[in-house]
Amino acid sequence: MTSLDLANQLRAKFGELLSAPVEFRGEVTLKLADAGRIADVCAFAKGSLGFDYLLDISSVDNYGDDPRWTVVYELYGMGHHCHLRLKTDVSEERSEVPTVTGVWRTADWHEREIYDMMGIRFHGHPDLRRILMWEGYPYFPLRKDFPLAGKPSAMPDVAFSKKAPLEGGPFVTLPGGKDTIAREPRVRTMEN
Amino acid sequence: MAASQTIEFRDPPARVNLAAVAAPPVSLAPSPSPAEDLQELHGDKLVLNMGPSHPSTHGVLRIVLEMDGEIITRATPDVGYLHRGDEKIAENMTYTQFIPYTDRLDYLAPLANNVAYALAVEKLMGIERQLPPRCQHIRVICCELARISAHLLGLGAFAMDVGALTVFMLTFTEREKIYNLCESLTGARFTTSYTRIGGLMRDTPAGWCDAVRKFCDEVELNLDEVEKLLTRNPIFVDRTKDVGIISRADAIDFGLSGPNLRGSGVEHDVRKAHPYLIYDQLEFDVPVGSVGDCHDRYLVRVEEMRQSVRLLRQCLDLIPGGADNKPGEPINVHDSKIVLPPKQKVMTSMEELIHQFILVTQGVNAPAGEVYFGAENPKGELGFYINSRGGGAPHRLKIRAPSFVNLSILAHLLPGHMISDVVSILGSIDFVMGECDR
Repeated sequence: MTSLDLANQLRAKFGELLSAPVEFRGEVTLKLADAGRIADVCAFAKGSLGFDYLLDISSVDNYGDDPRWTVVYELYGMGHHCHLRLKTDVSEERSEVPTVTGVWRTADWHEREIYDMMGIRFHGHPDLRRILMWEGYPYFPLRKDFPLAGKPSAMPDVAFSKKAPLEGGPFVTLPGGKDTIAREPRVRTMEN
Repeated sequence: MAASQTIEFRDPPARVNLAAVAAPPVSLAPSPSPAEDLQELHGDKLVLNMGPSHPSTHGVLRIVLEMDGEIITRATPDVGYLHRGDEKIAENMTYTQFIPYTDRLDYLAPLANNVAYALAVEKLMGIERQLPPRCQHIRVICCELARISAHLLGLGAFAMDVGALTVFMLTFTEREKIYNLCESLTGARFTTSYTRIGGLMRDTPAGWCDAVRKFCDEVELNLDEVEKLLTRNPIFVDRTKDVGIISRADAIDFGLSGPNLRGSGVEHDVRKAHPYLIYDQLEFDVPVGSVGDCHDRYLVRVEEMRQSVRLLRQCLDLIPGGADNKPGEPINVHDSKIVLPPKQKVMTSMEELIHQFILVTQGVNAPAGEVYFGAENPKGELGFYINSRGGGAPHRLKIRAPSFVNLSILAHLLPGHMISDVVSILGSIDFVMGECDR
């Protein structure tokens, strides 16, 4: 059995909700049109297709595009050793996806991390708190509009963080820039 | 507390229930309100803050333990004290520039992280099959040396935490030799940054392969010594046997990986299931545990080190070009748009100069797309999810850190155990906070 077979079985069940499987570098990716159904799709993938192992959940900030967020699930089956990637888009106004902690308990910390770093909430999560940053931290640092040097913020009664001293930097290149001038390493902010 | 004698050793959840009814409502002095008195005896639970700087937390892990006497009724792990924003940093630099940051993930096995990251980017570029055989052999040697180094530390610290200090001295003697090998190979003992996208920083120095061979013989003797001290040592067995049992189903459900997953009897090793580099051409066994307790995880690690030695010997025998590469086998992909051209040519030829300039300023030109690559690292499956929109830097790079995932089971695993068992369990899970917090 291959990942592609399993992806087609998943499509047979959910039909138009799932896009046609995309293959890249031997990996199969399916895109779910309605983020609200992700828990159902995952429950079916685990229960009927043997994807009993959740490798990872990650989130992507498509800054400037709509919908802004993409949540990416990496599924794996210990029985058939196949990998499948599920993706779903979430708009910035909504910023909420149903939790999959009921399907795999390992999702608990992954979802907390995404909430902490990107600010996407997981509906029905048993304990949605920040995990890497401290409780009460006001920003979501992995968003594209959060500067690399950081923002000053207070940690009540304990500490105070300043901007990182980067001596005018960070000097970064622009991936896929239009011309050489655009790609040259320089200080990059969201504006330039 | 006479009832404590009835507490079963094999079943932690039952212990929680027992603890709740264990204390009989003995009234020491006449109290006006019996209900209040009862609450005083029963209701108070002690909240114990373990960490973030506790010797057995191996770094900066904090666990808030709710105790009833000596029995844990609830555990809340708190991570993030070492968060440096590695994923954010990765988005702002070229793929090659991020290699030094991977040293600082699992800083007990930097070579393995370098290899895993380079392979992830190479998968995105579609060049992992073009890697020269000599490069692949050296990378496997690096991975296995890193595995031995990380397991030696994990084992030494684990044994020290449960009272066997000598083991720590023994394992650190061997680790020192690995650091010496790292130093002569990469120039750095700790922060190796050895791989490059499409190859390696440099070839092995003269005599290095023989030094590794000598190390293989020595570490085997040392492992025998360690096993003599621990495996059937009654104190060590008492502290680890039937403590912290993770069932097979729980291990998979919580996404455990590496020795922690195999300790619970799941025969899953990325090197076997999805062989990368030349692991499909090498012979090695995957040890698994039977019960899933701390002792099984210890046994799996010891056996993995022996298997690593076996892999090292095979690689050293098979390495193309031999120990000192007299025939001049390449170690880098033959493509100047991926690997920096030789310095002498940069100084004399226009085309190489341009390649050098573009590679340094813009990085490799990766295609748009997304890949996930997981490698079997000492702590478990280290995965990189790269979302590329083309060009020299990732749009998003997510690190699936095995320590982060492995620690998430603590809240489920610790309740029902004694406070002293926490030390055994943490030692047997063998995590690194640098990787967990990223």
